[in-house]
Amino acid sequence: MTTVTAPASGVALAPGGATVEFRSLRRQFGATTALDGLDLTVHPGELLALLGPSGCGKTTALRILAGFEKHDSGQVLVDGEDITKIPAHKRDAGMVFQSYSLFPHLSAADNVSFGLRMRGTGKAQRRKRALELLELVGLPQHADRYPHQMSGGQQQRIALARALALQPRVLLLDEPLSALDAKVRLNLRDEIRRLQQELGITTLFVTHDQEEALSMADRVAVLRAGRLEQCATPQELYARPATAFVAEFVGTMSRIPCERVGNGVAVLGRQFPVDGAIPADGELHVLVRPENVGLTPGEHGEALVVGASFLGSVTRLTVRLSDGTEVKVDLPTEAAAALPVGGTAHLTLPDRPVLVDRRTA
Amino acid sequence: MASLMSRIRWGRGAVLLIAGAYFLVPMVCSIIFSVDDNTGFSLNAYTGLLSAPGFLDSLTFTLELAAVTVVVMLLLLVPALIAVRLGSQRLRTVIEIVCSLPLVVPVVALTAGIIGVLRWGPDYLHDTPFFQTIVAIQNPSFPVVLVLAYVLMSLPLAYRALDAGLRGVDVRTLVEAARSCGSNWPRAVITVVLPNLRGALLNATFITLALVLGEFTTSSILGYQPFAVWIYEAGKNDGQMSVAVSVLSLVIAWVLLLALSAAGRERRGRKPARP
Repeated sequence: MTTVTAPASGVALAPGGATVEFRSLRRQFGATTALDGLDLTVHPGELLALLGPSGCGKTTALRILAGFEKHDSGQVLVDGEDITKIPAHKRDAGMVFQSYSLFPHLSAADNVSFGLRMRGTGKAQRRKRALELLELVGLPQHADRYPHQMSGGQQQRIALARALALQPRVLLLDEPLSALDAKVRLNLRDEIRRLQQELGITTLFVTHDQEEALSMADRVAVLRAGRLEQCATPQELYARPATAFVAEFVGTMSRIPCERVGNGVAVLGRQFPVDGAIPADGELHVLVRPENVGLTPGEHGEALVVGASFLGSVTRLTVRLSDGTEVKVDLPTEAAAALPVGGTAHLTLPDRPVLVDRRTA
Repeated sequence: MASLMSRIRWGRGAVLLIAGAYFLVPMVCSIIFSVDDNTGFSLNAYTGLLSAPGFLDSLTFTLELAAVTVVVMLLLLVPALIAVRLGSQRLRTVIEIVCSLPLVVPVVALTAGIIGVLRWGPDYLHDTPFFQTIVAIQNPSFPVVLVLAYVLMSLPLAYRALDAGLRGVDVRTLVEAARSCGSNWPRAVITVVLPNLRGALLNATFITLALVLGEFTTSSILGYQPFAVWIYEAGKNDGQMSVAVSVLSLVIAWVLLLALSAAGRERRGRKPARP
């Protein structure tokens, strides 16, 4: 194993990222299926976000990879080696937890160097390495502080430094930002991404926050009920969601009733080709993003403006159609000024294939 | 408003005064009694303690019993409570009930039960190796049976102390964090969990120590003479000395308590940073 050094920080790094593969991974908790045959590959040096609603199995997958949870069947491979029988402390995976997990009785430097102490590294060397890592996370002056003397954001940075101290092959982040306030969360988000890219370490990041996943990850894997719905780059996931679930989970979507016409659908008086397959039966809905819907003022328009939310450069309008359907529309704030609440407008969809789903309850 | 606050202050003062008097008056009277030998101030009761027959023997005997009781209690409870937190939270209720049982069994009834077992044993086990065990645990130089009884009696109190400490520590996350840093299970518990339970461990130790120092009923009925029994016996011949010993044991208990809170206060003085 060769060790490389980051030119910027001077800290010894992991020897390139590892490939992580989940193969047909299953895990059942009583009657609940946490993972239902998960197949997923994380490429070397990639930051992959596991995104999904509560109970979708994302944390279970991460904990199985870390060695804290057992699996019922399937495999977890790191660089082609099945690690499911290897105990957690020998898996070479650094982890940052959702709750502040620093050891309360140890100073920041001692927390960071804890893993090295477990490996029998000498005290002077441990201290040197801890200070290097604290420098890396921007907290060299906090070396002798105890966890209770630091803020949440500082504690998570120290936890990150601790996870990196042993030069792990894989970095696991289990919702590390969810306990922090908004401003600290944004800063730390950038910090984690910067470090991950600088170190080139394969990273799995569990989150239920789509904005976090889209802004940080190279690829995002959306899970639902223990199964992978789609794994793609943030741009692809947003622009070309594979399923209605992904479309509605990532970003905002409105549903407009439509009718089947040949191989396409008819909605708002026009026909559109369909992106993907049309469900064989049931009532159909077209899924549209607020920024893809056009709205022009018009006295006899079919849409009634019922709400407006100022979001800065854009304003999100809510319009109601004659059948009661509510549609979200994002317009530049200046353009939205011409559409006051109570006014009517014409609703248009862009000329491109639309995503169609069955009507949900 | 001001008059209400004033009334509350007076009320608090009165409660403090009454509680303080209730607490201090008997002790002050005991101290006065132990240093007044009818001719004036005298420390004879205290200076005579060291030469009093049985004083050092019973004190040493009790401290030995206390030390072993503390070790057995900690070895029994700490791994069990940590295991429950890491493994099955559902068992926590079972352990709580089991540990609280000695509270509802009067000490006299517990002792009667122990006597019953000790009598039953020799009759039924005399042909088996267990007979020697029954005999060995009653060895007067170090009666293990007393340790077992004391461990039982200390369970409810020690459990509360340890449980309170464990509530303040996220055991599972700390152990997992330690394991992800390359530490195996036992090492994770020893290097990460136990140091963060220092206060709870000291509390449980102190409570057990205080219980053993003051326990009279079981040891007396079983025919042993630890410190509490010796105080009672000494009181029959020399009341002043018996009170002097009681005062001394109170002082020892306070010193231990102060040492305990000093140890627990070590890091509390530092203010946490603003988030």
